[in-house]
Amino acid sequence: MPKTLSLLARAGPAAIAIATLLLAWQFYAYLSGISPTILPSPVRVAEQAWANRRALWDNTLPTIRATLLGFGCSLATAFVLSILLDFSQALRRALFPVFIVSQTLPLVAIAPLVVLWFGFGLMPKIMLVALVTFFPMLVALVQGYESTEKEILTLLRSMGAGRWLRFRLARLPSAAPFFFAGLRISITYAVVGAIFAEYAGAARGLGIYILNAKNNFRPDLVLAAVGVSATLTLLLFAATVLVQRLAMPWVRLERGPTP
Amino acid sequence: MTPKLELEDIRKAFGTTPVLDGISLDVHAGEFVSILGPSGAGKSTLFQMLIGGIRADSGSIRCEGQLLGPEVGRFAFMPQRDALMPWRRILDNVTLGLEVQGMGRKAAREKVLALFPEFGLAGFENHYPAQLSGGMRQRAALLRTVAQERDMLLLDEPFGALDALTRSGMQRWLEAMWRRHRWTALLITHDVREAVFLSDRIYVLSARPARVVCEFSVPLPRPRHAGATGLRDASAVEAAVLETLLKTETIGESNP
Ligand SMILES: Nc1ncnc2c1ncn2[C@@H]1O[C@H](COP(=O)(O)OP(=O)(O)OP(=O)(O)O)[C@@H](O)[C@H]1O
Ligand SMILES: [Mg+2]
Repeated sequence: MPKTLSLLARAGPAAIAIATLLLAWQFYAYLSGISPTILPSPVRVAEQAWANRRALWDNTLPTIRATLLGFGCSLATAFVLSILLDFSQALRRALFPVFIVSQTLPLVAIAPLVVLWFGFGLMPKIMLVALVTFFPMLVALVQGYESTEKEILTLLRSMGAGRWLRFRLARLPSAAPFFFAGLRISITYAVVGAIFAEYAGAARGLGIYILNAKNNFRPDLVLAAVGVSATLTLLLFAATVLVQRLAMPWVRLERGPTP
Repeated sequence: MTPKLELEDIRKAFGTTPVLDGISLDVHAGEFVSILGPSGAGKSTLFQMLIGGIRADSGSIRCEGQLLGPEVGRFAFMPQRDALMPWRRILDNVTLGLEVQGMGRKAAREKVLALFPEFGLAGFENHYPAQLSGGMRQRAALLRTVAQERDMLLLDEPFGALDALTRSGMQRWLEAMWRRHRWTALLITHDVREAVFLSDRIYVLSARPARVVCEFSVPLPRPRHAGATGLRDASAVEAAVLETLLKTETIGESNP
């Protein structure tokens, strides 16, 4: 019971801030008499979102699929590579610059190219999502391994643990907090990446829905789709927080009083 | 009798900074020996050599007469900070050494569980380290060390991070435990009283670059905390050791 209360207390200020913002927007749209084809009020956005819920939902599903598949691929690749990099300094020196360059590529230029090469299907979306999320995950993992307490490694060595055992028993678990921090950041990138990929060309998806709504002078539907993507991001974010709580029960003990 | 451990003329420099300047010492089976020296002298560095973390520039390390090779498994090491893994429960922290040796989880647990009461940790098997007090963490770290059943314990300032009261309690407890188990032990400490209280012999090191300035034997009867005469004799030894230690410190200061 106190747990839910404290959760409410923490979520409260954010809820109030958002409500205030929406109210101000509603009043402005109402009082200034601005045309809804330029700035629709939040109430109108909500109405239109409800009226078009079938279309919105049909376009959200492909985005979710692209996000999760792309993120899954990126996660698996980042994990395998992070282990290789942790074991080989030469590999780290050789590959890190390449990864950094991959992060500086402007998505605006890359997205249409990837679509051009791989078509309108799922593949280019997965690739773009993986591109934007791979590096943050890789860096988080490599940094996490490096954060291992030196004394723990010395202790393991004194016990006769080899390189792999030291990795498994100490470096890998030490990376957990870094891993989850990276996860929280890149899951939000993942949604944006998927929408951007669809924007560059897709049969269905939130990105293409936004593009069409814009071309039809329907900012209310654009905003409705934005609302959906924001909700999606928040849900995924919450899911990572939940998984972290389950996977790392000791972290809360370190911060709070003992139960 | 050949000593359990024998260091001869160990030298080590990090870059151009000499740290160990010809250290020789020995430890016999069943003996409790302390190394006492100022901070930064190179005491932890000495332990690193024993557990294979770094190599000496010159000198020899012998275990029961044989040169120490790259093989491990002679020493159970307790690092300066407790180095408990925050993500493992106390029970799993304590079995770590046995796990590394390849013992199954179940057998390892059974083996260490019997030791929990003696270490004052009964009932805390499933707690995380963050839930334990400083003294309990040190006892858990010590339990993890002795559970490995090695020839010799290497204790690097096991009580350095504790408050004075807890530390005194831990020293008494360790002395009682040692009388029961007669581990061969090498202890690093800054604390003169601790060294005199626990040890059969004490090596006093100079400030960096470290040499052995003096070797004391502590001929006091055990248990060590008995009676007023025991206290007076201990004070006499403490005074002598402290005198030597302070002298080396001033030498260190005048020739930086
Ligand atoms: N890996 C290293 N590289 C360079 N210098 C080092 C290294 N390890 C230790 N030193 C230096 O060697 C000296 C001795 O260090 P060491 O940790 O052995 O001291 P200590 O006697 O254990 O000190 P304390 O009592 O404070 O723990 C220090 O001056 C330290 O800076
Ligand atoms: Mg030290």
